[in-house]
Amino acid sequence: MSQYELAVILGMTAVTFLIRYSFFALGDKVQFPPLVKRALRYVPVAVLTAIVVPMVLLPDGRQWQLDWRNAWLLGALVSAFIAWRFNHLLAAMGGGMAVFFLWRWLLA
Amino acid sequence: MTTTYHPTRHGELLQGARDSLPMLAGAAPFGIIFGTLAGPSGLSLLGAMGMSLFVFAGSSQFIALTLLSGGAGLAVIVFTTFVVNLRHALYSATLLPHVAALGQRWRIPLAFWLTDETFAVVQHRYGAADASPLKHWYHLGSSLAMYGNWIVWTLVGVLLGRSFEGLDKLGLEFAMVATFTGIVVSLLKTRPMVAAAIAAGAVALLARDMPYKLGLLLAALAGVVVGVLLEGRNATEEGQA
Repeated sequence: MSQYELAVILGMTAVTFLIRYSFFALGDKVQFPPLVKRALRYVPVAVLTAIVVPMVLLPDGRQWQLDWRNAWLLGALVSAFIAWRFNHLLAAMGGGMAVFFLWRWLLA
Repeated sequence: MTTTYHPTRHGELLQGARDSLPMLAGAAPFGIIFGTLAGPSGLSLLGAMGMSLFVFAGSSQFIALTLLSGGAGLAVIVFTTFVVNLRHALYSATLLPHVAALGQRWRIPLAFWLTDETFAVVQHRYGAADASPLKHWYHLGSSLAMYGNWIVWTLVGVLLGRSFEGLDKLGLEFAMVATFTGIVVSLLKTRPMVAAAIAAGAVALLARDMPYKLGLLLAALAGVVVGVLLEGRNATEEGQA
């Protein structure tokens, strides 16, 4: 491993860890104000939706695919429906994946 | 996914790993592809393994490969890594209330292992109704599973070289989509929450071409702002009624 590689890895490790540890470092020494606490409750929904929506509507990263041939969209809709109707996460994951792979296989 | 409740450390640890299973499958092709691309991008075997062992952040590792093969300087790579991984600060802040009481020997490793996948899985567990004092063992279980998985698949990729072409077309990443979708829907209990999801999704689409995953950060911010504003308005209306 060259010195340059070593420097790249060390640099990337340092910034990544500092970001991840930024708030954990505070521990119980700090109490977030109520507004911040309220805001943080929206982070999971906001981030996860922001990750999923483009993956589902533009599976190749470039083109919109708003039709029934889109296995990503269909699979995600099935996952969403199972989670909403039965409130069972494992079933939502399994059901969505089954439909996704089945659909790709059928359309292939 | 935590319908069976294990009140032991061991049980929480295993459950955390088990609940991360779809994420492990989803991360595997990325680990392999990262490993196979490392060599051609100018990273040695040790360098590729070192990156997965110490940086442990998939998307920034991929971007680093692109930058390395393009001959980018150290500062550019480190700064790009910073921007791409900035969303983890949000996770760190969100999970803080759940780990604040733990000692540094817990908080440091749990921070090191914080990924999109583990965040999604553990915030769901921390939010579960039971008041188990051992939920950090669940967190540890998910973290260790994701870490071991990433290292193993990176190594497989490095060893197999280019022979695994087409793996990225299998669609294993859908496991992540299915899991995240299920988690999001289970969280959509109030109108501000639904509005936050719609805002985040819309901004993510509009800003999808922004470099360095900045669109993701912007979308998350939009969702949070919309949720907080709506919740504030609902609260005032109820207060006045």
